[in-house]
Amino acid sequence: MLTYIIRRLMLVPFLLFGVTILIFGMLQFLDPVERASLYVRGDPKANQIDAAIRKYCLDCPIHIQYFNWLVGKVDSTTGEREGGILFGNFGWSKTGSQPVADLIARRFPNTLDLTLWAVAPVILVGIWLGVQAAVHHNGVIDQAARVFSIIGTSFPTFVFGLLMLMFFYANLGWFPPGRLTDEFSRVVGSDEFIRYTTLLTIDSLLNGRFDIFLDALRHMFLPILTLSYISWATFLRVTRSSMLETLRQEYVTTARAKGLSENDVIYKHAQPNAMLPVVTLAGFQIVGLLGGVIITETVFDYPGIGSAAATASAQLDVITVLGFALFNGLILIVANLVVDILYAFVDPRVRLS
Amino acid sequence: MTQITPSGNNELLGAAVSIRKISRLERVLGPENFRVVQGMFKTPASITGFTLIFFFILIAIAAPILAPPVNPNDPYKIPRDGFKSQPREMGSEWTKNAPEIPFWYKAVTGKDEWVHLFGTAQGQYDIYYGVIWGTRTAFRTGLIVVLSTLLLGVLVGAISAYYGGLVDNILMRIVDVLMVLPSLMATLILAAVLTPVIGRSTLPVMISLVAFGWLGYARIIRGDILSVKERDYVLAARVIGNKDSRILFRHIIPNAVFPTLVLASLAIGDVVLSFAALSFLGIGVDVGYADWGQVLAFARNWITNLDTYWFIIVWPGLALVLYVMGFNLLGDALRDVLDPRMRGKI
Repeated sequence: MLTYIIRRLMLVPFLLFGVTILIFGMLQFLDPVERASLYVRGDPKANQIDAAIRKYCLDCPIHIQYFNWLVGKVDSTTGEREGGILFGNFGWSKTGSQPVADLIARRFPNTLDLTLWAVAPVILVGIWLGVQAAVHHNGVIDQAARVFSIIGTSFPTFVFGLLMLMFFYANLGWFPPGRLTDEFSRVVGSDEFIRYTTLLTIDSLLNGRFDIFLDALRHMFLPILTLSYISWATFLRVTRSSMLETLRQEYVTTARAKGLSENDVIYKHAQPNAMLPVVTLAGFQIVGLLGGVIITETVFDYPGIGSAAATASAQLDVITVLGFALFNGLILIVANLVVDILYAFVDPRVRLS
Repeated sequence: MTQITPSGNNELLGAAVSIRKISRLERVLGPENFRVVQGMFKTPASITGFTLIFFFILIAIAAPILAPPVNPNDPYKIPRDGFKSQPREMGSEWTKNAPEIPFWYKAVTGKDEWVHLFGTAQGQYDIYYGVIWGTRTAFRTGLIVVLSTLLLGVLVGAISAYYGGLVDNILMRIVDVLMVLPSLMATLILAAVLTPVIGRSTLPVMISLVAFGWLGYARIIRGDILSVKERDYVLAARVIGNKDSRILFRHIIPNAVFPTLVLASLAIGDVVLSFAALSFLGIGVDVGYADWGQVLAFARNWITNLDTYWFIIVWPGLALVLYVMGFNLLGDALRDVLDPRMRGKI
């Protein structure tokens, strides 16, 4: 198992290098003037552009530019470092009128909050549905589950999201889009509300504001539902087929022959063994949630990194978009690594090799 | 050599040697591929899928009759009836720039004048027109993107598997890197980068979809070819002195590509979905292009009034869902047929 983990770890620097090359390559589509935003804070004035191109070497050979992009340039007079993605300077966001890194720092906790709340319903309900479908193979539940999974995979998130808004917001007024009602946003923005973790739901509980907590959940309900249903369809399929496969195994027949109750057979003997492919899927789904919230956040006007990336790219603010992509890439590389290593612990074939 | 002829009245033997009639299609495709094609017409789900797709093909072909373009040179621009932002109800009168009335109109609707059958969206874009011509956009973008991704994927996968070693390693590591970003995010950023360079059209999004779409195919094809490559007939082809390219394109690829080919053609649904999603986010085509995602995007400013303006999302949404579902149903049937564990059951 150690060799597996070491081999997996060795892939990380390579992937990091690859992703930076990819993003840097895309930056080359911009002309040098626009690339100045990678280093200069604020919008460069017309008379400073030539100076900026010279100063940051924006028309230099490509490998020098790449190096500058990675580590930035230290200003000789002020001694401050300008640019340099390794130091967390992703450039200046025109649409956000602030450094891209600040924009990410402000938006990311919201996305994380949403993702964390979505994990439990996504995984548990999906697996439960799949097990039920397999246990009642070809029964009513199974047929319903199959129909649901076909409809689920065919329903684009934005159509589903808009329909949900139509029913639960426009018609019933239960679950509004956005992050918080105005009155509570003011409270959260004020000094008396202490941001312990930057995750709004947890902070509101720590501050003892249960009303804000509930309001935040009310705004997150529809996005969570939208994120969940599409994963349910996938989970259902994988769990169902894996469970069907396991139920056909001889040790399940043995367990039945021993006279165990059907519940014991299903939940103690079959299910743990059927969960292997599901665990892998769960890992990738959670990681996917972090990166795949672009549309859901946009539909529900939820201020996370996904909607920020979508807004920026619709306005062709390439520097911001690529900053988000870089950040997203880094998160995903780390998250995938964690999933792969966890998988090594779960799968006996890898653990014992 | 003596020939054994069955004699006597042995039913079992008779059944075993009786020659099955082989249709021309089966001869062309080969028995295994023929079984795949046959299996796709057997379940109710796959038949529903075919029906849905057939229905959309008809709409796409008949688009100029169903919704005559106001400007025949630029049929993909949704006609506008004025410029007011307030959407208008279904069946409201067409006041300006009404298109010609086609022959079926009076008989079906019983009206003498054009009305907005599905209402208008923000900016008085006719939703009915957008939905009908959106079908053409869907097929066009879907087919082009799927064919290009397939071509690229098969080419890279085949080269990677055939040459192996360093070439294989480099190509597959490139695939690894490109797969780090989730496909929607990757497509989104590339489209955002390309749009200022190329200009607003279907092109930037299509190029981006291809650029990040071929990865999966390359992997699948690579695996298939690795197994075909070791067969005796490939060895025989090499022994008689064929060139690498001939062995690859005449002997290996045709024997490995069929399942991928069919599976990929059904990915049109996914491609159209991604295209519509990006269009919905405002990336790629201009506002008012006849595309389902565009029409749905018109609803974004009217979220609070969706109870009155439900038609902005329901009609294009329905078209998109049914279209994708058609391809998904077929894809499911196909996966069942291709699954070796299901062999003989379908």
